[in-house]
Amino acid sequence: MPISLSPQMMRQIIMDHYDNPLFKHEPKDDSYQSLHQHSDNCIDDIMVYVKVENDIVVDTCWTGVACTISTASTDIMCGLMNGKKAQEARYIYDQYIKMIHEEPYDDSVLDEAVVFMNTSKQAARIRCATIGWDALKDILDEGHNHEPR
Amino acid sequence: MIDVKKIREDFPMYKENLKMQGHPLVFLDNAATTFKPEPVLKAVESYYYHTSNSHRGDYDLAYDVDVQVLETRKAVKRFINAKSENEIVFTAGASMSLNLVAYGYGAKYLKEGDEILLTEAEHASNILPWFKVAEMTGAVIKYIPLTKEGRLTAENVKKTIGSRTKLVCVAHITNVLGYVNDIKEIAKVAHEAGALISVDGAQSVPHIKVDVQDLDIDFLSFSGHKMCGPTGIGILYGKYQLLDMMDPFLSGGGMNAKFEMCGNVSYLKPPAKFEAGTQNLEGIYGLRAAIEYLEKIGMENIEKYEKELKIYAVNELKKLDNVIVYNPESESGIITFNVKGVFAQDEATFLNSKGIAVRSGQHCAKILNDFLGTVATVRASVYFYTSKEDIDELINVLKSGGDFLDAYFA
Repeated sequence: MPISLSPQMMRQIIMDHYDNPLFKHEPKDDSYQSLHQHSDNCIDDIMVYVKVENDIVVDTCWTGVACTISTASTDIMCGLMNGKKAQEARYIYDQYIKMIHEEPYDDSVLDEAVVFMNTSKQAARIRCATIGWDALKDILDEGHNHEPR
Repeated sequence: MIDVKKIREDFPMYKENLKMQGHPLVFLDNAATTFKPEPVLKAVESYYYHTSNSHRGDYDLAYDVDVQVLETRKAVKRFINAKSENEIVFTAGASMSLNLVAYGYGAKYLKEGDEILLTEAEHASNILPWFKVAEMTGAVIKYIPLTKEGRLTAENVKKTIGSRTKLVCVAHITNVLGYVNDIKEIAKVAHEAGALISVDGAQSVPHIKVDVQDLDIDFLSFSGHKMCGPTGIGILYGKYQLLDMMDPFLSGGGMNAKFEMCGNVSYLKPPAKFEAGTQNLEGIYGLRAAIEYLEKIGMENIEKYEKELKIYAVNELKKLDNVIVYNPESESGIITFNVKGVFAQDEATFLNSKGIAVRSGQHCAKILNDFLGTVATVRASVYFYTSKEDIDELINVLKSGGDFLDAYFA
């Protein structure tokens, strides 16, 4: 992602994913692991689905009710993670979290997700920008065997 | 008459010209909590300059604390016009008071098939304890239908109440839409049917004159922090004979008269029966100062002023094409709205970026939003220290529209 991304383009990316989320749908079959996430201070109430095969994140998608920030951040995450090795996915997650908390991070792997670089300006919304990401991380780490819905 | 400018001199939160996101703070979340005036802060502090425990010392310092605790009880009694200070139980807040009614009275006396009447506009703290009690006793929860504006009427209570109804548990002022319910009439309906009425006063006691004898209610719950008092202190008012019949919620020191190891216990009389353990003494000191402060300003003045402010705000909001107000007709200082096309949380974040504090979300009344047909709303709520200029600032920011993502990129 070029550093020259203008604020106007960043807004556009967020709104595109909010208005037309690409990965907001039910999983294709029963082979997905899922995790329910909800926020104490926002209305976000989502389900994240991840299909891992041979240590590769084959597919991710999500459903639920969410604000603009959580909708766009979760949707962008899905696009970014699909097809990645679990190890790569973890690295991307770590860079994203570092960016959200204003620590030095590797922007070369974040692609569109850099649009959330200013989230810390609105500290109350950090949870919104990370809720879907945390779900993916938990599923990768713990191999949640939640009943596919 | 309310002189906001003069009143604000009593409040450190205003005196210190606090800023939020680089803008002067406009605080419109008074239904969630309120600012504390100097006398309350001083009263809280004063406890720690003369510290002792209450009702368990043989020395002057402890006696002095007992006197102060009793003075607060008397102040609360006067404030809500209870018959006796022994009808005033200290709790941690309205939620604990409501739980005490549910577990101390409901769990003890409700039988299978008895009915508890609630509404869809109640706060979670006035619903969830009853779910649990219903589960424990086999009692049944029924919802009194609201009008299409979301209002509770005595007429609908009359239609829903039956011979098995034992309790009617409703808010005096609802926390999302801010309607002032006709509790006096509803209490009459409840009593005529042989039921008791428990009133959630969290949003009413701080804002309007509440007289428990005039309303003839059986229980009243409210919190100190929503009326300029400290957090962690609240009140349960109950008619004495009912408190006397109830079980305590907590057991332990300070609430038993004597007990034997074989299990024979005799409890103290109310209110001490319900006050096991060391009480929130700083909170009790602060609550009295808060009550005295409100009395000095006058509850009638507060009510009148907030009503004017609400009408002003609604009239100004109505001029904006991009705003939907959900409760233009409600009487209290709670304004519930959305900006068209903007998710409530996103709008609240945008307002935060302009220094305006509002609450977004489901406001704990999760059921109500099904009824309203929207998943989330923005709530602005005023108090007597809210100025017309605060409302103007809100209107200006809403008027300028702006892109809510400005909160992140401007």
